[in-house]
Amino acid sequence: MSPTPFLVLSALLFSIGTLGVLVRRNAIVVFMCVELMLNASNLAFVTFARQHGNLDGQIAAFFVMVVAAAEVVVGLAIIMTIFRTRRSASVDDASLLKY
Amino acid sequence: MIPLADRAFDAPHLNYGRLSPLLIVFGVALAGVLVEAFAPRRLRYAINTVLSLVGLLAALIAVVLVAGDAPSHHGGVSLGSLEAVGAIAVDGPALFLWGILLVFGLLSVLLFAERHLEGGLTAFAGQAAALPGTDAEREAASRGVEHTEVFPLMMFALGGMMLFPAANDLLTMFVALEVLSLPLYLLCGLARRRRLISQEAAMKYFLLGAFSSALFLYGIALVYGFAGSFQLAAIDTAISARAGATSMLLVGMGLMAVGLLFKVGAAPFHAWTPDVYQGAPTAVTAFMAACTKIAAFGALLRVFYVAFGAANWEWLPVMWVIAALTMAVGSVIAITQTDVKRMLAYSSIAHAGFVITGFVGVQSAAEVGDTQVTSLQAVLFYLVTYGFATIGAFAVVTLVRDAGGETTHLSRWAGLGKEAPVLAGVFAFFLLAFAGIPLTSGFTGKWMVFAAAWAGGAWPLVVVAVLMSAVAAFFYVRVIVLMFFSDPVGDGPTVAVPSILTTAAITVGATMTLVLGVVPQPVLDLARQAGQFIR
Repeated sequence: MSPTPFLVLSALLFSIGTLGVLVRRNAIVVFMCVELMLNASNLAFVTFARQHGNLDGQIAAFFVMVVAAAEVVVGLAIIMTIFRTRRSASVDDASLLKY
Repeated sequence: MIPLADRAFDAPHLNYGRLSPLLIVFGVALAGVLVEAFAPRRLRYAINTVLSLVGLLAALIAVVLVAGDAPSHHGGVSLGSLEAVGAIAVDGPALFLWGILLVFGLLSVLLFAERHLEGGLTAFAGQAAALPGTDAEREAASRGVEHTEVFPLMMFALGGMMLFPAANDLLTMFVALEVLSLPLYLLCGLARRRRLISQEAAMKYFLLGAFSSALFLYGIALVYGFAGSFQLAAIDTAISARAGATSMLLVGMGLMAVGLLFKVGAAPFHAWTPDVYQGAPTAVTAFMAACTKIAAFGALLRVFYVAFGAANWEWLPVMWVIAALTMAVGSVIAITQTDVKRMLAYSSIAHAGFVITGFVGVQSAAEVGDTQVTSLQAVLFYLVTYGFATIGAFAVVTLVRDAGGETTHLSRWAGLGKEAPVLAGVFAFFLLAFAGIPLTSGFTGKWMVFAAAWAGGAWPLVVVAVLMSAVAAFFYVRVIVLMFFSDPVGDGPTVAVPSILTTAAITVGATMTLVLGVVPQPVLDLARQAGQFIR
């Protein structure tokens, strides 16, 4: 089975995630796009593990899942605090710090 | 395909003695969490402060002991060993970085624990969950509630920072990156005063940090796809053999570079630095500015020298451009800043540029004479000089205050020299060190990295670096002139009297900045003994 379709899908997901981070304005959506990028990496890891015939990539995918879960905890806590203070989760509204 | 089921599973052998500095720091962090859960509220501050200080001292002693009996290779060119089944390299550079991270960690704990400046409370939010300006916040303040969780958070971050430059495979490196970043995101949002900009800094740092680590991770995936292994040495072998798709390697290398350069705050990935440095509580800024940069440069050097060393014709030109751009952006934009913390942030960007200048210099010990240093050693030395001056400078910033807390606008610093000549003198000394004036550590540090870059043939970059040092000197001197030769506006700033903790941090920073400028040889010898990375 050729790994190419899986790698193309992973690259597509990664690109969608990157584009989303750059153009979306809601902090939660931006954060979801980052998660999409992490999952694109997971797909690439597993595909390459299959291709190289070793387990390293599959183990990496598990580690990435754990890291992503930890990141959600910290990230949502920060976005929640900002939302409760400002009544908005837009990344454009938080603009006290500039230049 | 190798039949995976046929492989026996062996329990990995861990040499706990060699890993003890890491284990102590993480152990103290976990103990700190337990203290938060079980100790009575009024005792937590004292227990956690003492626990952190004692833990860091113990880890520092462990580093010295481990360095004392580290095995040496290649006739003393490198020392140390690979531990934890090759996942962690406890080698000379890693031990050196551990040592300085722990020293700067100790100084940061002193700043974190300062309680004299806010009327008996730390500089961190009493109750982060209470909204700014509400009754809940006022009640928390009046009851004297404080978040002592900052100590375990800091210890977790420091543990991640120690693991980051010692990681010998890319997966460990990614986990270390997250372990150091996640606590820092939280710490940034915990300021007691000006909570809106503190929370904004935390959100910006978090979103951009998560974005950059996702790029870093995809880079790891592509490099793994190229080499079939996470081990740095195996990647080096694969690159030397050039098996497989090279474009995949190049893209992977580029994405990993973005992730690492983001952490060191190099242009064009520096945009978060000024915002986060300004918004975060100043003690956290001092910790971040010194320690994150050290850890990230350690990891950058290890990845690019050990894993990608065979492909250096591909990445050296890019690093040249980034070094020049970083120095220019940091030095030129700093001129227009009106906020002390922001100005120091741009100054730290410029310093990242100087370190990258050293990074592109001579890489192997065989190419340099006995009197010269390699890039790695020059960078290690520069990081020491930079760290002491940075922590000292930010510690001074915590002391200049008015009714609303720290007053960081530069106009409020006018006439500080008349108000508090000693403090203004010490700050001026740190600024001169940043500018690289002789008899300060900044001069010897810059001399080392420029010499390493020159010996490596990067002389155009050294010329740019010297020019940019001159530009940078302009805005440092401008602040000194403002402090000593301007009249205060209105009442002028007040200078708070700190406890022994902040005083100690500033004293150590200033003393070491002077000592490293006058007699740099002992630390330089240490950096030289650190030798090279092992593979």
